[in-house]
Parts: sequence; structure tokens; C-alpha cells
Amino acid sequence: MKLDTNTINKIAKLARIRLSEQEANDLLRDMNSILDWVEQLNEVNTDDVEPLANISSSILPHRKDVAKDINSTDEILKNSPDKLEGYFVVPKVVE
Amino acid sequence: MSNLIKGKKHEWETVIGLEIHAQVKSNSKLFSNSSTVFGSKPNSQVSLVDAAMPGMLPVINRYCIEQAVKSGIGLNAKINNHSVFDRKNYFYADLPQGYQISQYKYPIVGEGKVTIDFKDGTSKDIRIVRLHLEQDAGKSLHDQNPTKTYVDLNRSGVALMEIVSEPDIRSADEAGLYISKIRSILMYLDTCDGNMQEGSLRADVNISVRKPGDDYGTRCEIKNLNSIKFIKQAINYEVKRQIEVLEEGGVIEQNTLLFNTSSGKTSPMRSKEEAHDYRYFPDPDLLPLDINQEDIDKLKNAIPELPDDRKTRYISDYNLSNYDASVLTSDKYVSDYYDTIIESDKTLKDSSKIVVNWLTSELFSLLNDKNIQINNSPVTPQNLGKLVKLITEDIISGKIAKEVLVEMFNTKQDPEKIIEKKGLKQVTNTSEIETIVDEVLKENQIIVDQYLSGKDKLLGFFVGQSMKKSQGKANPKILNEIIKIKLSKKK
Repeated sequence: MKLDTNTINKIAKLARIRLSEQEANDLLRDMNSILDWVEQLNEVNTDDVEPLANISSSILPHRKDVAKDINSTDEILKNSPDKLEGYFVVPKVVE
Repeated sequence: MSNLIKGKKHEWETVIGLEIHAQVKSNSKLFSNSSTVFGSKPNSQVSLVDAAMPGMLPVINRYCIEQAVKSGIGLNAKINNHSVFDRKNYFYADLPQGYQISQYKYPIVGEGKVTIDFKDGTSKDIRIVRLHLEQDAGKSLHDQNPTKTYVDLNRSGVALMEIVSEPDIRSADEAGLYISKIRSILMYLDTCDGNMQEGSLRADVNISVRKPGDDYGTRCEIKNLNSIKFIKQAINYEVKRQIEVLEEGGVIEQNTLLFNTSSGKTSPMRSKEEAHDYRYFPDPDLLPLDINQEDIDKLKNAIPELPDDRKTRYISDYNLSNYDASVLTSDKYVSDYYDTIIESDKTLKDSSKIVVNWLTSELFSLLNDKNIQINNSPVTPQNLGKLVKLITEDIISGKIAKEVLVEMFNTKQDPEKIIEKKGLKQVTNTSEIETIVDEVLKENQIIVDQYLSGKDKLLGFFVGQSMKKSQGKANPKILNEIIKIKLSKKK
């Protein structure tokens, strides 16, 4: 599998990362060589094998349904560059 | 029943599928211990997990898993012992993680079905594709400031069950019945509070039209509708729009639409720069969810009686019609109220239909006038049962009973006390009634003569006059007989 610059630019756009032409070309070369390397796995026959999402053999830990009253407004807004009456304020996201 | 819609040129069939988002009725969120209480101060219920602070890890709420399994059982669906949480990636101001934890390829619940009932007594199955667990996003306020959006993350991370139907729905009415049925099932199970105003239950509607027999047409999706009325309005508008476009030779563009509740129209959401590309992949922070069969069976055994079971019981035990039974059972509180009435007195089982009438027409109209929910009714089920018994035992007439019910509604009093106090007891004493009838006949000699000369219809006049004289208290059956006997003696 070979990537082209369009695919690199599409991935960058979905990740909201701006790339210069030089950066796009560098990434294209890097990613193609990574894919070439990973492609060796195709030599193994994986028919009828379910994808493995996790190699841990432990089971998903659970939590009880108990709510903690945290009154988080001040703490959670501490890092926000703009806030008003308990809300985060961001540039308008609809037209 | 035909659902075809006449356009200018052809008849069209509507094809609808629904994605319902139902908030799990839990104390804390799906992956954190912050509270889910509605209407709290903005951003006061946001843990470091919900705000996606670096290094924070999700830990799943066991109760939410159980509620999803219970809901799946209620939807007659297959429960999957193995399911996986995936990341659905997109950027939005009210999604701090930059992804939503959802389930993609392996949902917790698979195929199921629900039955909807029509007024004419027929019913139809709507197939369910799946139910999966996912996180809700935060809330954005766009209309407070011309250049800014305000974000509240209290809802961020709250557990939702997304219930996806097959495109089996053929009209706005069917869509309304379907969502009511889902809501009713979830409320019986107590897995969702069903509160549509607060957004605990909302739907995305996929709509297309086609000529009967053709393949599915291109569909549009109307997002985030939170009332059954709006769902029906939006569907009716959108169907008309699509038919007009097609009959004028145009094509339907696949689009995501918003419904404007004040104009009643749908319009495309801001055009996306490119089609959605969510790049789902298994969430590396969460192991797969494995549920053992024993736990599922335990939940299955604890499932309460559901609307369809209750409906069947009402039809077989109480002889109610399919429609009466489905009206009663569609709302759990109404149905519980009805059950309490019937259980309050052995004899009421034989008056089950009369109880339905007094509940769904008389009491409902009083409640609707004052906008009171049945579970807050000032008339208790026991007292309504007593009232029906007073009618069936001929102690008061139906007409008097209506007055008594209003009094019960206003004063919360026992009907027996009310009729005692106001002297409303029906007169069944024949000599008392005879005296009244004698007086009426004497006072209306001319009309008696007219009756005797063949005007049979005047019988009603004597009944009316006598009833009036008794202040509505005479037992109508006895009264009728006495008048007939007395008049025939005069012939």
C-alpha cells in the first residue's frame, strides 16, 4: 500500500494540523516506509482470525453507580482563556 | 391501511428509520463519578475525566451496563456477551476528548423488535438493528452572543443508549407510535426517565421516498428532535419537500438537516467541509466488555411486566379491547393507576370497561384541564374505584357521579362522604318515586292526554320532568317503569 500527498493532507485536515509542503513530503516518505514495514505482517494468513484489540488478559474493571458532588466549576474553568458565568467561551462554531 | 402519499404525478411511499438516544437513568456518568442531575450550575458536574485532562482514564459504570442489557431484553433483542468500546473521532467545541466513546462493530445489544398498535386494532412489528452504549457530548449555546459560543460540559460523558431501527416505518404516525412504544418500554424498565423536554429521549430521523416497489431512495437525516409532535411535523414537511424535488425532475442530495420548530421547515446543517470520516478504532483505554450469561439471566428474571404483557393480560383477564388495553398500558403510571383501581375491590373486575371510561375520559379531562399528571392525581385510584362501584350498584346515577368526581377532584374527598353530605344518594324507594310521578302527571294533564292519543315520544318528557323533580336522584330504571305503568293504567 502506497500513500499519496492527497491522503497525507486529508489526514492532516481531519486532525486539524496544518502542514507545509515540505512537511507533507517528509511525512509521506516516513509513513510509506512505516507501512512497508508493517506490510510484512501480510505474509501471515489471518483468515478467520478476529482482530485483537487488546493483549491484556484482565477483565474490564467496573465502578459502582455513586455520584460525587464535586462542584467543579471553578477548577474546571481554571485553564480556560475565556469564560463567563460558569461557561467556557469559544469562538462561534455555527454560522 | 395505505400509507401512500399522492404527489402531483405519482403515488409515493415514505421510508423512515429512527436513531433514538435515550439517557440511562443513572446517578453518575458512564465513565466517571460526576453527577447526572439535570439543570445544575454550568460546568459544576465535570470531573477531570469528563474534561479530558491528560492522563485521566475512564472506568465503566456497572449500573449503566445493566440498564443497557435490561433495555435490550425489553426490546426482545439479542444480548451480546462480548462487546467493544470504540473511539468515534471528530472535533467540536463541546467534545473535550476530540472523540466520543461509543460502540461500533460490536454493540452490547443486537437485533430485536417492538410492536406498534393502530387505532383500528391492527399492529405491526418494527425491527431493531442494535442498541449500543455511548457518551453524550456537552451542551453548546449559540444564541447568547453574536460572535461566541458558550459551552457547558455537565452533560459530557452521561451514558446514552442509542437504539437504531431498521427502515421499517412508513409514515409520520408510525414514527410517533414507534417512539412512544420505545419510551414506554424504557419507562416500564426504569432504564430511562423518558423526559423528552429535558432531552432524556431524542431522535434522529432518516427519511427517503420511493415509488412503491422501487429500491430505497436517497435519504436525508433530520437531527436531534425532542418531541413526538416535532418528529411528525418534520417528517411531513420533509416528505413533501422530497416528493416536490423528485417530481420536478430533481435529485435528493444526501444531507443532514435541522428542523426549525417555529417555521416548521427543515434546512441543511452548515455544509461539512468533507463527508464525515470518524476513523473508528477500539478505545485503547478500555478492555472489551464481557458479560457472562449468568448475569444476563439474573437481569432477565428481574424484568418487570412490560407494556405488551400487560396489554395481553388486560385483554384476557378484563375483556378489554386491543385499543383500550394499549391506551392504558402505553403510560406506566396510567396502567399502574388502573391496576390499583381494579385490585381495590373484587367486584370491580366485572366493571373493567366502565372503569376505563371513567379513567380515560372523565378523570383525564379534569387532569388535562389543570395540567396534572396521573401520578399526582388528587383523586386516588381507591376513591375512583368506589365511585364506579356506587354507579354500578345504582346508588348514584352517571350524571350525579360526574358532579361527585369534580368534587372529589377539588377536595380529595371520599365519594361516599360527598354523596352523604350532599344527599345525592339515588332514590330507589318505589313509593317515593311514585309520589313524584303522580305529581308530574297531575301538573301536566294536557300532555298526558296527548300521550294517550298516540304521541309515544312524550314519554321522555315525563321522565325528564320527574328526574328534575327528584333533583336527578331517582333511579332511572325504576322511574321509567313506574311512569310506563302509571300511563298505561290511564289508557
